[in-house]
This record gives sequence, structure tokens and C-alpha cells, in this order.
Amino acid sequence: MDDLLADFLTETNEGLGALDAALVRLERAPEDMATLSEVFRIVHTIKGTCGFLGLTRMEGVAHAAENVLGRYRDGALRVTQSGISAILGAIDCIRGIVAALEGTGAEPAGNDSALIASLDAIASGEAAPAPAPAAPVAVTPAPVAPPAPMAPPVAVAPPPATPAASAEPEPGGVNAPPQTIRVTVDVLEGLMMLVSELVLTRNQLLQLSRNGTDSAFAVPLQRLSHITSDLQEGVMKTRMQPIGNAWAKLPRLVRDLGVELGKKIELEMRGAETELDRQVLELIKDPLTHMVRNSADHGLETPEQRIAAGKPEAGRIMLNASHEGGHIIIEIADDGRGLNAERIRQKVLAQGLATEAELATMPEREIQRFIFRAGFSTAAAVTAVSGRGVGMDVVKTNMERIGGTIEVRSKEGRGTAFVVKIPLTLAIVSALIVEAGGERFAIPQIGVVELVRVGGEGAPQLERIKDSAVLRLRDRLLPLVNLSGLLHLESPATEESAFVVVTQVGPHVFGIIVDRVFDTEEIVVKPVAPILRHVTMFSGNTILGDGSVIMILDPNGIARATGVGAESGEGEAERDGKRQAAAQRSDQRTALLLFRAGDATPKAVPLGLIARLEDVERERIENAGGRPLVQYRGKLMPLVPLSGHWDQSTAPERQPVLVFSDGDRTMGLMVDEILDVVEEHMAIDGAGERPGFLGTTVIGGKVTEMLDTAWWLRQAGEDWFGHDAEHQAGGGRRILLVEDSAFFRNLVIPAIGAAGYDVTAVANAEEALRLREAGLGFDAIISDIAMPGMDGIALARALREGGAWRDLPLIALTGRAEPADIERGRAAGFTDYVAKFDRAALLESLRQCLSAPVVG
Amino acid sequence: MQTQTTTGPAPGLPMRGGLQADAAEDIYLTLTVADQLCGVPVLAIRDVLGVQAITRIPLAPAEVAGSLNLRGRIVTAIDLRCRLGLPPRAEGHRGAMSVVVERDGELYSLLADQVGEVLPLPRAERAPNPVTLDAVWRDVSNGVHRIGERLLIVINVERILAIG
Repeated sequence: MDDLLADFLTETNEGLGALDAALVRLERAPEDMATLSEVFRIVHTIKGTCGFLGLTRMEGVAHAAENVLGRYRDGALRVTQSGISAILGAIDCIRGIVAALEGTGAEPAGNDSALIASLDAIASGEAAPAPAPAAPVAVTPAPVAPPAPMAPPVAVAPPPATPAASAEPEPGGVNAPPQTIRVTVDVLEGLMMLVSELVLTRNQLLQLSRNGTDSAFAVPLQRLSHITSDLQEGVMKTRMQPIGNAWAKLPRLVRDLGVELGKKIELEMRGAETELDRQVLELIKDPLTHMVRNSADHGLETPEQRIAAGKPEAGRIMLNASHEGGHIIIEIADDGRGLNAERIRQKVLAQGLATEAELATMPEREIQRFIFRAGFSTAAAVTAVSGRGVGMDVVKTNMERIGGTIEVRSKEGRGTAFVVKIPLTLAIVSALIVEAGGERFAIPQIGVVELVRVGGEGAPQLERIKDSAVLRLRDRLLPLVNLSGLLHLESPATEESAFVVVTQVGPHVFGIIVDRVFDTEEIVVKPVAPILRHVTMFSGNTILGDGSVIMILDPNGIARATGVGAESGEGEAERDGKRQAAAQRSDQRTALLLFRAGDATPKAVPLGLIARLEDVERERIENAGGRPLVQYRGKLMPLVPLSGHWDQSTAPERQPVLVFSDGDRTMGLMVDEILDVVEEHMAIDGAGERPGFLGTTVIGGKVTEMLDTAWWLRQAGEDWFGHDAEHQAGGGRRILLVEDSAFFRNLVIPAIGAAGYDVTAVANAEEALRLREAGLGFDAIISDIAMPGMDGIALARALREGGAWRDLPLIALTGRAEPADIERGRAAGFTDYVAKFDRAALLESLRQCLSAPVVG
Repeated sequence: MQTQTTTGPAPGLPMRGGLQADAAEDIYLTLTVADQLCGVPVLAIRDVLGVQAITRIPLAPAEVAGSLNLRGRIVTAIDLRCRLGLPPRAEGHRGAMSVVVERDGELYSLLADQVGEVLPLPRAERAPNPVTLDAVWRDVSNGVHRIGERLLIVINVERILAIG
């Protein structure tokens, strides 16, 4: 028996039960319109569903009864006892059919024409007083009431004494009534709560018994523990429902929309059996429906448009649900026209949500996310013009309320996909327990991307841009919030070692600085007291296994409080979940620091080259031989004004300085203002237009000058390049750099040149091989992987095959440092694999490669 | 705001001589807050606890001392001293007692320096708040009883919990 039928039977049985009582009431008080309406509604529902399920016999009977009730309701006919009896007869007939359905799953054969005729007669008014059909019918009520399971089929017989119907009772009787019962949600909720408490108490007991030595309790406690776990699982199961339940109405909805809009739409649903907590299910039902409606309405084009665009005539909407960890991922995708970024831009400008300049710097994903802004959708024009947006803010809010996230991916002309990530259940979540300012807090795991230890030996250091802390994590700058600061707690004096909880909210990734990280723990989320509801930083509170109360942090609230979510984005969309990270860390995108110096043209320098950003007080800047200097970390650091000249009297009180450092040498580049950090594709035009700059590139719609780091480093003094090479790590050893991009050559040469290596650079692998043939000698080779013509892998193979350079250390330089790539590189013969821009790693790799086997 | 609607399960003040003439006495639990004697209607009280471990809640109103665990339920603790504008407890104080009350299904603990005894007090003897009483106190007090040499402030639980 399929689920639909089972549901129908459960529902109908309930309806029938209610009907008996209501009809009897109606008989006593024929003028009671409320009861009459109720009866009519139930019968109408049964009739409607029967028709839907193709249960024709039942539909016929219900329809006849409904007719009579309809006449009663309209006042065209007076409620009479005989009428009620006939209806009761019809209900008994239906009950009989239901019983048979439960047994066999099919409608029993039978002839109800006499019953229907009598009902029709009543409806038409003729037979109202006529006792003829009423007499046999009137008998029926009697047997109905007392015998519950077995009798109904019998009761079918009386009205017209259908022989066929009476043959049915057996299957109905053999099979027990449906193996499901309806329990109110309250009961389940109550159970869930009790079980949650039980789990907590169990945890407390276990903790106590671990401390104590009294083993008498150990065994029963163990049992209690197991049973509690099983019970918890069982109760959780009662609340789990397949997501298909929330989808059941979608095919119809899509069909109707298709007809209405003149579109051909195929709906594909995958993973309908994926189960999730019914509470969550209820909460996502409407948003899901809404998104599907949006896809059908706005996402998909008309057949003509589709054909014109070279797409199949029928549009597709795909729903896909799957489990991932403790979450459910639901994707709602269409192959329609996609979001029109230009229209969104216009809308954003029109509504003043962002300035043109801000928009210009935003990646497309960021712009698409505007559809989630409140109020963005209200104007009808948006719906008609730009495509989407009806109430997407509501959808997003609803998702966030249950600890979920929603993202949009769209390609113009190709379609749109919404990806929703929600917890399986709201009742118990896995959380990371952290400490900040002496207090413990729980952070739900759903938002936690990774944990980074900072400030310790060999660990990454926290840095500051103006007053905000950032962490350079791999090749990105991660904005940080200090939890103790955010919560106004006293933070410990030393920031020596801390942890950064890298958290993702929507497309935004940020780090939360905490003092300590404990364990993860399963927690039962309890709402906070009403007088604390205004503190949006918390999503609830809970009791830990040790019995203490702990507040649960709300990453959404933190993001809002710190403005992370409102910022123009820092290429965060790049990371967007680990699934996509691998594909998107392309070597062509580079984190750049944007700043202003001298003139109005923004300038950029790869973030990877900068050691630190400092604010130097004007008073601390000294003049030595016409050159500004500053005492920095116990040493003198030369400062180079990027604008060409520096005047103490006109200088700002605090001078922003980009610090380049190498070994114990540092140099500072004085700039006017630090603007931003972006991740951009590098495309430099007009190389070397003016000294100090490699050329210009367009970043965020603005012409930006790219700093020639090597040139500026020379300005700091010749000794930067290590004339006293004895003390340098490189010791003048010869390195061959194979790199097709002039830009990267210009970055790498000074970087390793500064460390005392003697660098020769070539633009392609063929040239490198020519140098080999020419008999040049090197101590190590650094090569790019992706190059036109012969690539790095091929070069490595060629070198390893034989020849003078066969045993040289070979270091791969690439933006793609995934394990598989590394493996491929190693197989080809590379000694080591280093990410582009990771200067420290490159130098370390060189040092190791060169120190280990050959040179002394 | 909600003053009119409920005064906790205890018979309310405005009904003097009215509907509940048969119960001429209200029963109070006395507690001390910075030497001030207060009375909380016993019918409003769910529990009285000794010194508890209380978790601070950052960003919460100052009156909220934190939350504590009462047999698996989370109870929000209200520091009566702070609520009544009294100086904080001295450093060496052994900690506060918790008088747990319920409002709208939520449990709150009123932190008092000491919990005294359960006293039936004739309703007729309750005097209205002196007009000169501090505004904060007038807001949370349902009247004053004379207990020997001391004055007992009748705490209106509903008002005490109206924070923020």
C-alpha cells in the first residue's frame, strides 16, 4: 500500500469517526449550521481525495451524500431524520470500503446504486418524506455504533443489500487496522524534552561515577546509559519524516504553474526519502515551496525563449536532498535564465543598498546575494524584471532561525541553484565548547569550518589592519572578532596563544578568537529566558554534562553584530564550503592588498609579499642621512615613501607602513592609506610604464597600479639584496626559475634573491632545457606547473630522465596544492611542492632541498 | 504593564475585603537583601536553594546575575541587590540563596543574602507604600508590613522580573 493511500485511510478513519458524532448532533439540532458545515466539509474532503486516488465507488457514494448535505447547507432542504439516516448509511458504506482498502489495498467490487439512488432522491426533495428508501437505511445506524472493527463491512450491506459488498468483510477483518496512530505533536515534543533531560542527567551520573570509586553503581549505570541512548534514538525516530512529505504537493503545484504560465516544466526530485526532524520539516516546507514556485515562475523561461536560447523546450526544476554530517543539504536548481546581475545592480543602486563604488568591488556572488535582502523584493518591478526575489529575505530568515544557511549560485542564461543547509534536528546539536574571558560558550558545529591555533610557537600570528585583527590563513586574510571583546568580558592579559574558530555564515567566513577550546559535546538547545531575548549573540543555552549552564553562541548574531555580513566581501565567496574549495583555489587568483599613496590611483601589492602592516607614530620616525628610519623590533628599519618624498611636518600622525621582511632585515613602505584586501585575477597591462610599478590592472572596476616590489626593495638600500651573502641562507647558490608569467617572475626573483640566492629566470620549459644543453649549472630548480607548451610536470620528467640536471632538487611552484596534485608532481619527479606566494615555505623548501643531499 | 493581570498565585492586593474575604492572611517567605527585610508570597515560590554555581551571561542586563541549573532546568538568576539599587555584596560574603519563582513557564531565581522564615501576615495589617519610597522600590513593592521592630517590603514578583 503506498503512503498516500495509507495517509488517506488514516485520515478518512478519523473523519468517519468525527462524522458519526457530528451527524447525530445534527439530527438533534438541525439548525446548527456549524455542525452542518463540519459534516459537509468532512464528506467533501473524503469525496475529493477519493477522486484523486481513483476510488470511484467510494467517490460515488460520498458524492451522493455530499449532494444531500449541500442542499441542507444551502437551506434548500430541511434536515430530516430519514435524510440523516441515509447519510449515515452512506458513511457506513464508505467505512466498509475503507476497511476493505486497508485489507487489500484495493476498492472492493460492489454496487451502491440503490444507496446512491435513495440519496439522490432525498437531494431532489422527492423522497424526503418517503419512507421507502429510508426504512432499510434507518436500520443501519444501530449496528454501526457497537461493533467497531468487524462490523462495518456488515453494515455496508443493509441499505440496498448489496451482495458483493458483503463478500468483502474477510480481508478487512483479517488485517488489523493501520499500524499507525496519530499522536499530537505536543506529546512527541514532551517526550523529546524528557528524553533530552534524561540524557543530560545520565551524562551527569556518568561523570559522577567516573570520579567516584563506588563500583556497585557501575553496571546498572552502564545499562541505564545504553537504554537512555536507545530511548533517545527511538524518540528521535518518531520525529523523523522523509523530506518527500514536504515535497508531496510540489508536482501538482509545478503542473498548475506550468499550465498557468504556459511553460513546460519537468520536476525532478531526488533524495525524497532523506529523513529529518518533523519540526525542521515543518519550518522548511513553506520556504521550499516558495523557492520552487520562484523557480517555475521567474527562473524558467517560456518555451519560445528556451528554444531561442538553444535549450530544450521543457524547463527543469531539480530538488535534491542528501545528508551531510549532521545536516541536510537541499538543493533547488533550475536550468532557467539565471539571475540578471545587471538588473540586481540597478535595483541595489535604486534602493540605496550599496554605492556604485561598492558594487564595483563586489564579486558577482556577492551581488546575487542581494536578493536575500529584506525589502529588496517588495517592489513588483523586481519580480517582473530581474527574475527572482519574492520574499527571499523571508526564506533566508526562516532558514537562519533554525540554524541553517542558504546560498545562491547562478549563471546568467544557465540557471540558478539555491543550496540550503539545515540541521537534522533542532533538539540536539553538536557544539564546540570554547572559553573566552574566563567563561565557557558553545558554538554550534554547523557554522564551524576549522580551528586554527594562533600565536604559539610556529603557529600563525594575528595581525592588525588599523584596529581590526586579521589572520592570514593560507592565502587569505580572515577578518577576526575577539569573543571576549564582543561580549564585554575581561580578556586575559596575554594574547600569547589563542584559537581562531573559523566560522562561516552564508558566504562570509570570519574567525572568532577564543582563549581555549575544549571538546565537542552534544547539547540540547533550550531557549533563553524572555528577558534575555534581546541579546542576539546567543541562540539559546544548555546544560553541559558536568551540570553547568552554558550559553550557545549564534554565529549569525555575531556576524551581524560585527558587520561581517554587511561588508562588501573579501572574496569570501571563494571558499564557500569545503566542497568547492578545491576547485576554486585556482592559481590565477591572488590576494592583493589595496592601498593609496601619492596620487588617487589605488595601488596593489600581493598580500603574500607583505610581512606585516604597521601604524607608525610620526614621532617615532627618525631621519638619518636624508632617509627616514624607524626603530622597529629592536632594529632600525629603513622607510621608503611610496609617494617619492616624505616630510615630517606634513606627515600624518600615524603613518601606515607595509613591512617587508626577510630574516632579520626589514624595510617599510610608507603609504597614505590601506584600502582593502581583495582576491583578483592578475592581468597586467603596459608593464613597466613608470619605475616602481609593473603596470596597471583593473581591480573592482578601477584602474589599479601594481607595485614592483623588487624596485621598491632596492630603494631601501643595496644591502637588501644581500651583498654580504655569507650570512644569507642562500649563500649565493644558483637557482633556476621557470615561470611563464612575468608578474610571478617579478615576485619570486626578489623574494628568493633577497635571501641570497642567485636567480636565473626563464619564461618556459623549453628555454630551461636549452640552458641545460648549454651546460649551465644550477643548485636547484623552481618551476611553475601550469605553463603553455611544455608544462612543469613534463619538464620534471624530462629533467629526471637524464642529463646534467638529473639529481637537482626540483621545487614545484603552484597555486594548486591539493594532495592529488602534489602526488602527481612527486610522481613526475618534483622534490617539493610549494604554494605560490608562500615565500617562507619556498625559502624553507630551498633550504631543506639544498642542505640535505649535496652542497655543504 | 502586566501589573493588573497577575500578582502570582498568591491572592492579590487590590482585593482587600473583596472576593477573598475568607482568606484574611497572606503567607510570605521572608528574605534579607542588604539588611532590608522582604517578603515573597510563598505561593509564587517553586524552590529555595542554597548557594549555587551561577554562569554569567555576557551582555545581559546588570540585574541578571546569570543562569543556574535546577534539576535540569535552566533558571535565570536575578540579583535582588542590583534590582533594588542596593550595593553589591561584600567580597567575603558566602554567596546568595536562590528563591526560585515561576513566570510564564520560565523559572527565575531571586538572589537574596539570607532566607528567613515563612510568615502568615494578616492582610489588613499591610500598609500601602509610603509615598516617599524610592521609585524603584515603589515599583516592585506591594506594600509594607511591620514585623516587630522591622519593616517588611512585600515583593511583587511580576514587577521584579520586569527587566529590560
